[in-house]
Amino acid sequence: MLRYIALRLASSALVIFGVSSVVFLLLHLVPGDPVEVMLGESAGVTDREALREALGLNLPLWQQWLQYMQQLLQFDLGVSLHSKRPIAGLLAERIPVTAVLAGASLLLALLLAVPLGVLAAVYHNRAVDRGAMVFALAGVAIPNFWLGPLLILVFAYWFGWLPVSGMQGPASVILPALTLGTALAALQSRMIRTALLEELGRDYIRAARARGFSPLRVIGRHALGNALLPVTTVLGLQLGALLTGAVVTEQIFNWPGVGQLLIDSIQKRDYPVVQACILFISLTYVSVNLLTDLTYAVLDPRVRLEAE
Amino acid sequence: MNGVLRQLPLAILAAWSLAALLAPWLPLAPDQIGLARILEIPQPAAWLGYDDLGRPVLDRLIVGARTSFIVAAAVVFLSLLVGTTIGLFSAWFGGWFDRVIVFITDVFLAFPGILLAIALAAVLGPGISNAVFALAAVGWVGFARLARAQALSVKTLDHVTAARSLGSGHWVIARRHILPLVLSPLIVQATFELAGVVIAEATLSFLGLGVQPPEASLGAMIRDGTRYMLVAPHMVVAPGLAVFIIVLSVNLLGDRLRDRMDVRFDDHKQ
Repeated sequence: MLRYIALRLASSALVIFGVSSVVFLLLHLVPGDPVEVMLGESAGVTDREALREALGLNLPLWQQWLQYMQQLLQFDLGVSLHSKRPIAGLLAERIPVTAVLAGASLLLALLLAVPLGVLAAVYHNRAVDRGAMVFALAGVAIPNFWLGPLLILVFAYWFGWLPVSGMQGPASVILPALTLGTALAALQSRMIRTALLEELGRDYIRAARARGFSPLRVIGRHALGNALLPVTTVLGLQLGALLTGAVVTEQIFNWPGVGQLLIDSIQKRDYPVVQACILFISLTYVSVNLLTDLTYAVLDPRVRLEAE
Repeated sequence: MNGVLRQLPLAILAAWSLAALLAPWLPLAPDQIGLARILEIPQPAAWLGYDDLGRPVLDRLIVGARTSFIVAAAVVFLSLLVGTTIGLFSAWFGGWFDRVIVFITDVFLAFPGILLAIALAAVLGPGISNAVFALAAVGWVGFARLARAQALSVKTLDHVTAARSLGSGHWVIARRHILPLVLSPLIVQATFELAGVVIAEATLSFLGLGVQPPEASLGAMIRDGTRYMLVAPHMVVAPGLAVFIIVLSVNLLGDRLRDRMDVRFDDHKQ
C-alpha cells in the first residue's frame, strides 16, 4: 500500500513539474515581445530595457526557467501587470468563488444523476429508461455557453424566479450550477445506469432477492454500493470538464471566479496572471485525480495489487 | 429507433457537409449590413431573422457552420495523423522512447479539457488557423494514447513477428501490419472527437479567442446574441440549436459506429 502511494505521488510530482514547465514555455516561446505588449509600441528604448531587466527577460531562457521554478516552489506567483497586485492574493480571492460554483454543480449533478441512473436501470427498456437516455444524450450535446443564456432567458427574464447574473445570495448559484452541472449529470446518469445494470445481473443480487429482501434494500444497499465505486473514479476525470466549463460559465453569469480572472487577463494581456490561472486549474485537476486514485486504492484492494 | 428517425443524424450530417462545401457558391449575404432591419424577427424573407447589424441570421449560420466544419475536419485529421503515428511508434519501439512519449502525454492530459487550447489561442492570438493549431495540439494526445494501447496488444501477434523476421522495416510493419488492426477504435474515437471539436471551436469563439468578426462563427454568434437576448431571442436560439443538433447527430453516429465496428465495446451495447 505504502509502495503504491509512493509510486503514485512520485509520478504526480513529475507530471506537476512537466505541467509547470509547459506553462512556462508556452508564455516565453511565443511570437511577439511581451515587453512590447505591456508598454505598447510607442514606448522608449530605455523604458523597454528597464522593464525587461525588472522581469528578468534579458537572461537566457534556462535561467529564467530556473528562476520561475524557484519562485513557484516558494508559492511566489509574481505580480499582475495590470493591477500591480501579487497574483497569489488575486487567486486567493477567486478560488473560493469558483469552489462554490464547482461544488454546487457537482451536488446538483449527483442529485440529478443518481436517481435518474437508478430509475433507468431498474426500469430497464421502459419509458423511464428511454427518457433518462434521451436526457443523457442531449445533456452531453448541449453546449454550456448556450444552455446558460437559455436558462437566463427562461428563469430569470420570463419567469423572474432567479437572478440574472452576478453573485448575490444562495439563489444566484442555481442557474450557473445548472449550466455547469448538466453535462456531468448526463454522463453520470448513463454510467450509473450501465454499472447498476451490470451489478443487478450478478448472483449475489439473485441471492439477496431469494432471501426475501425488499427491492429497495437489494438495490439501495447491495447493488448501488458496488455500482458507485467505478463511477466515483470517473468523477475525478470529469472534474476536468467541470473546471474548463467553469471558465465559460463564469463568463456567462459574471461569476467572479478563477475562470473569469483568466479570460479578463487574456483580454488585458496580463500574461503572468494567465500563467498562474492555467497552472492553478491544472494542478487542481492533477491533485484531485491523485486523491481519487488513492481513495480508490484504499477502498478496492485489487487496484493497488495490480499496480504493484 | 425506427427507420426514418434512425437516418436523421446521417441526413443532418450530410446537410452540414453540403452547406460547408457549397457555401461559397450559394447566394448568401452574411456580411450585408442593413440598418433598417436591425434585430427583426424571423419572416419569409429571412427565415431566422436579422441580427444587431441587420445581417441575415440564416446566412451567417450557414457560413458559421462551414467554419466549424472546416475547423473540426482539419483538427481531427491532424490529431488523428500525428497522434496515431506517435502512438504506434511509441508502442513499437518501447523502451525509453515509449517512456518519454507516455510522460509527454501524461503532462498534456494534466491540462483539463480545452484549457491548454485556451492558453495557446490566448498566446497565439485569434484566427482560424491558430484555433486549428491550438485544438490539434490538445487533440493528438487521445489518439496517441489509444493507438499506443491498441498497438501494444497487436505487436506481439504472429504475423508481426513473421514480418519482422522477414526483414520488413519499422515503417512498413507499423503501416501495413499494425495500423489496419488498430484502426477501427481510432475511427470511432475520431467521430466523437469531431463532436468535441465543434463544441471546442464554438467555445473559443464564444470567449473571443477563435474566429474574429466580421467572419461568422457559431460561438461568436451566440456571444453577440446574448447581448440582445431579450429583444431578439432568435439571435441566440438559432446558432445554439445548430451546434446542439450537429453535436447530437455526430455523437449518435459515433455510438452506432462503435456498436458496429468495435467488438470490444459489446458489453455497453445493451
